[in-house]
Amino acid sequence: MSEVQNLNLTVKVWRQKGPKEQGHFETNELKGISPNSSFLEMMDVLNEQLINEGKEPVAFDHDCREGICGMCSLYINGHAHGPDDHVTTCQLHMRKFKDGDTITVEPWRSAGFPVIKDLMVDRSAYDKIMAAGGFISVNTGGVPDGNAIPIPKKDADEAMDAASCIGCGACVATCKNGSAMLFVSAKVSQLALLPQGRVEAARRAKAMVAKMDELGFGNCTNTGACEAECPKGVSISNIARLNREFLCAKFQD
Amino acid sequence: MATLDSRIPEGHLFEKWSNYKAHQKLVNPANKRKLDVIVVGSGLAGGAAAASLGELGFNVKCFCYQDSPRRAHSIAAQGGINAAKNYQNDGDSVYRLFYDTIKGGDYRAREANVYRLAEVSNNIIDQCVAQGVPFARDYGGLLANRSFGGAQVSRTFYAKGQTGQQLLLGAYSALSRQIGKGTVTMYPRTEMMDIVVVDGKCRGIVTRNLITGEIDAHFGHAVILATGGYGNVFFLSTNAMGSNGSAAWKAYKKGACFANPCYIQIHPTCIPVHGEFQSKLTLMSESLRNDGRIWAPKKAEDAEAIRNGKKKAQDIPDEDRDFYLERRYPAFGNLVPRDVASRAAKERCDHGFGVENGGAVFLDFKYAIERLGKDVVEARYGNLFQMYEKITNDNPYETPMKIYPAIHYTMGGIWVDYELQTTIPGLFAAGEANFSDHGANRLGASALMQGLSDGYFVLPYTIQNYLADELHTPRMDTNSGEFAKVKEDVKAHIEKLMNVKGTESVDSIHKKLGHIMWEHVGMGRTKEGLQEGIKMIQELRKEFWEKVRIPGNANELNVELEKANRVADFLELGELIARDALHREESCGGHFREEYQTEEGEALRQDDKFAYVGAWEYKGEDVEPELHKEELKFEYCELKQRNYK
Repeated sequence: MSEVQNLNLTVKVWRQKGPKEQGHFETNELKGISPNSSFLEMMDVLNEQLINEGKEPVAFDHDCREGICGMCSLYINGHAHGPDDHVTTCQLHMRKFKDGDTITVEPWRSAGFPVIKDLMVDRSAYDKIMAAGGFISVNTGGVPDGNAIPIPKKDADEAMDAASCIGCGACVATCKNGSAMLFVSAKVSQLALLPQGRVEAARRAKAMVAKMDELGFGNCTNTGACEAECPKGVSISNIARLNREFLCAKFQD
Repeated sequence: MATLDSRIPEGHLFEKWSNYKAHQKLVNPANKRKLDVIVVGSGLAGGAAAASLGELGFNVKCFCYQDSPRRAHSIAAQGGINAAKNYQNDGDSVYRLFYDTIKGGDYRAREANVYRLAEVSNNIIDQCVAQGVPFARDYGGLLANRSFGGAQVSRTFYAKGQTGQQLLLGAYSALSRQIGKGTVTMYPRTEMMDIVVVDGKCRGIVTRNLITGEIDAHFGHAVILATGGYGNVFFLSTNAMGSNGSAAWKAYKKGACFANPCYIQIHPTCIPVHGEFQSKLTLMSESLRNDGRIWAPKKAEDAEAIRNGKKKAQDIPDEDRDFYLERRYPAFGNLVPRDVASRAAKERCDHGFGVENGGAVFLDFKYAIERLGKDVVEARYGNLFQMYEKITNDNPYETPMKIYPAIHYTMGGIWVDYELQTTIPGLFAAGEANFSDHGANRLGASALMQGLSDGYFVLPYTIQNYLADELHTPRMDTNSGEFAKVKEDVKAHIEKLMNVKGTESVDSIHKKLGHIMWEHVGMGRTKEGLQEGIKMIQELRKEFWEKVRIPGNANELNVELEKANRVADFLELGELIARDALHREESCGGHFREEYQTEEGEALRQDDKFAYVGAWEYKGEDVEPELHKEELKFEYCELKQRNYK
C-alpha cells in the first residue's frame, strides 16, 4: 500500500431525526484521514469526533464491510456508492478524494425507501417482492441429484451474473422514476435461465412485478442509470429478459 | 449443576444417524401448527432452519439484527462448500470427508456428529441446486469442483468467489417463500437481549426493536440460536461489524454451557492491517492457495529493504525467495490447513522476514500466470483480484499480494448434544454458534456445509424429538411471570449502560479489548501472557462500566447503545476465552500454547490429559465458572499427530 499524505475534508451530511421529521445538511470538518481508509472508516472517524464533542453520531447502515452484504448505501457527491465504479460504499477508499475536498453524503432518496434516520433507509419493500415470488417452490429434501440435470455452462454463468445482485437499492436510488426493475429482473433472470426455475417462470414474473407495482416503485424508461451505478455490474439486459418473461406470461393468461 | 450427556445414538458409526431418524419421536402434521419455534439469526443455519421448519408446518418466528435476512454474514463466505459427492472420481467418500474433518480439527471433535455432517453433505448440494443456486459448471454442464486446504481430493463446490452469498440467497429464497405463506414471521432490525427460562425449559426470548427501542417478549415451544461466532471480541476480524456473541453469552449466563471458547481460527490469507482507524479485516479466499505460492524473502536484509521501500517483491530472484510452506510441508504445500499456514506466516514474520510493516508475507500469482496464462487466472480469481486492488491499490497480476493471518471463525461455542440441544432443555444452537463439528480447527469450505447441515437436515428432525412432548404446553402470556421479569431485567441492564455517562466511546474500549486479545490470547499463547491478559480484561471491564459514553436515548434508534450492549458481553467472554486457553495445557488446531510444541514448532497435543470437550458453566458474577468435561472417544479413527508433510 503506497504512502500518501493524509486528507483534510469538509463533510456535509444529511441529518434527519425520523421518517416524518424535516432533514437538513450538517457540515463537519475532518482532519488527518488516511487515504487508505475506506469511506465508512472515514464515517467512523466522524462519529468518534461527534461523540467526543457530546453530539449524536450519524446513523448509517453497514455490516460486512467487504462489499457483499448490501447493507451499506449512501449517495456520495451525487452518486450511489460514490464516485468509484463497481464498488459499494464500504469498499470505496479515501484515495479517490483529494485533500481539501467537500464531500456531500445523502441517504437513498426514493418513494420506495423511506428514511428511518439520517442516512438509514427502509428497504423492506425488497423483501416483500422476494416473498411474492423470488424463489423456486421446492421443500427441503426429496430433490434429485445435483448432477441429474446438466446445465450449459453459459446459462449457469449468466444466471450467476444475475444472481450477484446484493439487494443494496442503488438502482432504485439512482433511477429518476424510482424503478426496482433491475433488482426484480436480476432474480427473475437468474431463475428463468435455469431449468429448475423454468417450471414456474411465468408465475414468478407476474407475481414479482405485481408486488413491485403495488409497493409504489416507478416504471422503467430505459435510461440505463441503474446499470451504470450498480456496484455489482448487473446488466440491464436482465430487464429485457424480464419484459420478455412478463409478456409471455401475460399471453399465456 | 449442568451435566453433559452427548446422547450419541447406539450402533455403528455408519448407522447412527439412520437409526436415530428411524426411532425418534415425530409431530403429526395437524399438530405442527400448534407449536411455536423461535429462530434467532437468519444466516445459513438460521435461515435454513426457519425455512425448513416453516415448510413442515411449524409456526416459526425468525429474528435478525440486520434490515433483511439476506444480509447475514454467511453471505461473505467466498470459497466454497464441501461435499463427499466424488463427482471427480478422485477417491472421495463420506468416510474420507469425515476423516479429513476429524483430522483437520486436530482430533477434538465428536465422531458421531462429524460423520453425520459428512453424510448429509451430499443432500446439501442437491438441495441448493434445486433452489437455483448457480454453482460453477464444466462445459459438459455438470458441477465443477476445486481443492481446499487439508484435503487431497477435489470436493469443494463453488459459485465464483461468492459461494456464501449464493447459498445464503438460496436459503433466503426458501425463507421468503415461507414468509409469503405466513408460516414464518420475520422480525428484522430486532436484537435478542435474553432468553426466558420457565421451570428449567427455554420458553422464549426478550428482544429490542432497533428502530424504536421497544422491549418485547416472544414465546416459543423451542428456541434455536443461530447467531454466528464471537470473533469480534478481537475488534479486528473478518466478521461483519454487527457480528456478536451476545445471544450465546446471554444463554450461557442462563445456564447453557459454553464449550471450547479458546478454539479460534486465524485465517492465513487476509489483507494486512494498515492503520489505527481500520474497522475490519478483509479475507482473501483460501481458494487462492490453489494457484498462488506463498513466500517470504530468504534474506533478512531483503525483507528490510522491501519494508523500507528500497526494493520491491519483483526485485527478489527466485533463489532468494523462501516458499516456506512448500519447504516445510512438501505433501500439502500451499494447501496445508489454516492453522498450520497461519502459524508458519507468524513464524517467518517473528523472525524478521515479514514485509509491509513486518506483518505480511507474499502470495504470488506470477507462477500461475506463467503456467496457465493470465486469462485462466482471471477467470478463476478475477473478482478476488479486483477486490484486492480496490482495497490496496496494488495490482495482483503484476505484483504479489501481501497477506497476513486474521481472526476469522470461532470453532468454540454453545455446547450441544447430538440433537443440537444445549444444556437448557428447549434451547438449541446451530451453525457457528455451537461448538460441535470442527474440533480445534475448521477446514476451509466446511462452515457453509455445517450451517446448512444443521439448518436443513439436522434440526428439522431432532427438534421434533423434543417438541413431540410439548404438545400439551399452552402458549404462555408474555406480559406476566418470568417473561415480565426478564423484560424488566433487560430494561434495567440498558438503563445501567445509559447511566454510566462517561467520556470514552464504545469503539475506543472495544479496540483496547482487541489489542489485549490479539497480544495475549492470539496466535501464540503462554501461561504468563494469558494470566496477564485476564487481569487486563478485568481492569478494562471496570473501565468500561465507569467510563463508557452512550449519546442519545434508549427508546429510539441508538447504534452506540447496540454496540455497548455487545461490547459489555465481549468483555466477559474475552476472559472466558483466556481462561479456557490457560487451562488447556496443550496445543491443538487453532489453540497454540508456546510451551507445547514439537522440536519442529508444530502443535503438540496432550491426548492423555486433554482429549475432551471443555464446557464451562456460569456460576455468577465474579465467581469462577465451573469446567465440565465431555470425554472424546475415537473408535473409528486413530488419534495421530497431524502430519501434512
